[in-house]
Amino acid sequence: MRGHCGLFFESYRAEAAVFPSTFQRVCLGLFVAALLACPFMLSSYYVSVMNLIFIAVIGAVSLNLLTGVCGQISLGHGAFIGVGAYAAAQASLHGAPFLAALVLGGFAAALAGMVFGVPSLRLKGIYLAIATLAAQLILEYVFLHWESVTGGSRGLVVNAPQILGYSFDTERKTFYLLLAVTSLCLLCVTNVLRSRHGRAFVSIRDFYLSAEIAGVNLFSSKLAAFGLSSFLAGVAGGLWAHYTMFISAEQFGIGLSVSYLAMIIIGGLGSVSGSVMGAAFMTLLPEFLNAGSSALSGVLPDISGSIVALREGVFGLVLVLFLVFEPEGLANRWRLIKAYWKLYPFSH
Amino acid sequence: MAAMTPLLEVKGVTLTFKGIAALTDVAFSVEKGRIVSLIGPNGAGKTSILNCISGRYTPDCGEIYLDGRNLLALPAHKRTGLGLSRTFQNIALFKGLSVLDNLMVGRHHLIHYGLLSSILYFGRAAADESVHRGRVEEVIDFLNLSPYRHLAAGSLPYGVQKRVELGRALAAEPKLILLDEPMAGMNLEETEDMARYILDICEEWGATVLLIEHDMGVVMDISDKVVVLDFGSVLAQGRPEEISSNTDVVAAYLGTEDATFFGR
Repeated sequence: MRGHCGLFFESYRAEAAVFPSTFQRVCLGLFVAALLACPFMLSSYYVSVMNLIFIAVIGAVSLNLLTGVCGQISLGHGAFIGVGAYAAAQASLHGAPFLAALVLGGFAAALAGMVFGVPSLRLKGIYLAIATLAAQLILEYVFLHWESVTGGSRGLVVNAPQILGYSFDTERKTFYLLLAVTSLCLLCVTNVLRSRHGRAFVSIRDFYLSAEIAGVNLFSSKLAAFGLSSFLAGVAGGLWAHYTMFISAEQFGIGLSVSYLAMIIIGGLGSVSGSVMGAAFMTLLPEFLNAGSSALSGVLPDISGSIVALREGVFGLVLVLFLVFEPEGLANRWRLIKAYWKLYPFSH
Repeated sequence: MAAMTPLLEVKGVTLTFKGIAALTDVAFSVEKGRIVSLIGPNGAGKTSILNCISGRYTPDCGEIYLDGRNLLALPAHKRTGLGLSRTFQNIALFKGLSVLDNLMVGRHHLIHYGLLSSILYFGRAAADESVHRGRVEEVIDFLNLSPYRHLAAGSLPYGVQKRVELGRALAAEPKLILLDEPMAGMNLEETEDMARYILDICEEWGATVLLIEHDMGVVMDISDKVVVLDFGSVLAQGRPEEISSNTDVVAAYLGTEDATFFGR
């Protein structure tokens, strides 16, 4: 059909596509091309920052699936990432191929997540948060004291990822590996969200009484959310372990759980693109603050010491300001921007 | 009409909350293809009986059968599969989901692909989604919801939300649909539209309706049978004209001789 104005679909399947319009597909193509070119244009340090963003994206999107989409607040996400990291590290130390170790780490984390997700049948909201906090503390204790497996406070040295003999031993090579795994994880979560399970998750979040009436099994759906979310968290952990090649118990503390919660709140609860934006924002903010403070200390060398201290305060301040002025998250701001340009220049 | 086996049978249902009786020995039946109204003053136990049927409450004793199957033996989410769906007195939509997805959740028990299909969204999941989307579109057409299809349910006006909730219940392809005050808070025009929808649900969609409503004009107009509850027990049941001339009902329900209240 030529000369039409707007989007038309001839099948329900076409309408359910992730990127229904040609414009969106072109934009996505350009974005991916830019990403693929990144390692050639950025210094090794910035590529490593991008790599950390990729891992954070997987962690954030998995927490968003549980907390943003299904409404089950979890303060134990950092520990689930840790379970995945240790399991994947141990698997590859025992000779499992990297990808198998990654999946194994995912399943180990999923198991842990589902066990600690059982109280979610009875506990809601802030009470569930406390229950998952208990999971965090218990697992942290295990990481520190099960020395034969985790190495305790000495940590655990892990090999660089290797697939079919090809070793991802530089930042640039790892970039493409992480990009691929992250894209796959994002696609999987997007798929879940447009299917019956994703709808069931949201229905539990929005009104669990009518979800039950609609035939949603609350318990098994919540467990599925915990399992799926923790699986992806475990994959993030496995990637992190193999990427940094060293893990120790203090990495997976309550601070990690809270920073992932911050990512999804800043990015936008329940939104895949919000998870990406939130993860990028939270990883880049310290970088910007670093750059800012080193620039300032060049101008004012006398107070460079206090600027470093100030940086932590500014980090907190930026987060608070964000919550005040953008409570719906970056994803919502992005929607508003798109909505504005949709009608441009005739906004009325 | 010839005698029919009842679709819903409620027998001797008693429900107490910490010693306070909400329902006492409630018994009534709903015949297939009929519209049955449940009326009674506030606190008479109308919503409680609906909650017992849908599984929110478990009665202390009594039996509830849908199409010969014992409902009380099943948890709430499995009762949907027997052909039961309901709406709530206060709107209970999934605010963050679009109207379309709200209706799709209504069909949750009819869609069966597994979690792995969901993750891959390939083959069965994609095909099933298309099929069920088609069925949901029929409901959308019927209830004139097409302008709101892709809008978040929480952003819609009250009357439309009520319609979406009816749509969600209807999308489940129920044999018996329980409506808890579908006309509450609606103006005359919306009330009449809703009454029309209820009649059509019964006549065209072949669902049996059990309805709680305070608007006596509507109740007397569209019901095939009226069950009157008072203080947790059945005061009277029968055809609308029998109920409106029943002196017990008039005395207990209205408290005066003002029988003209039943006319519009």
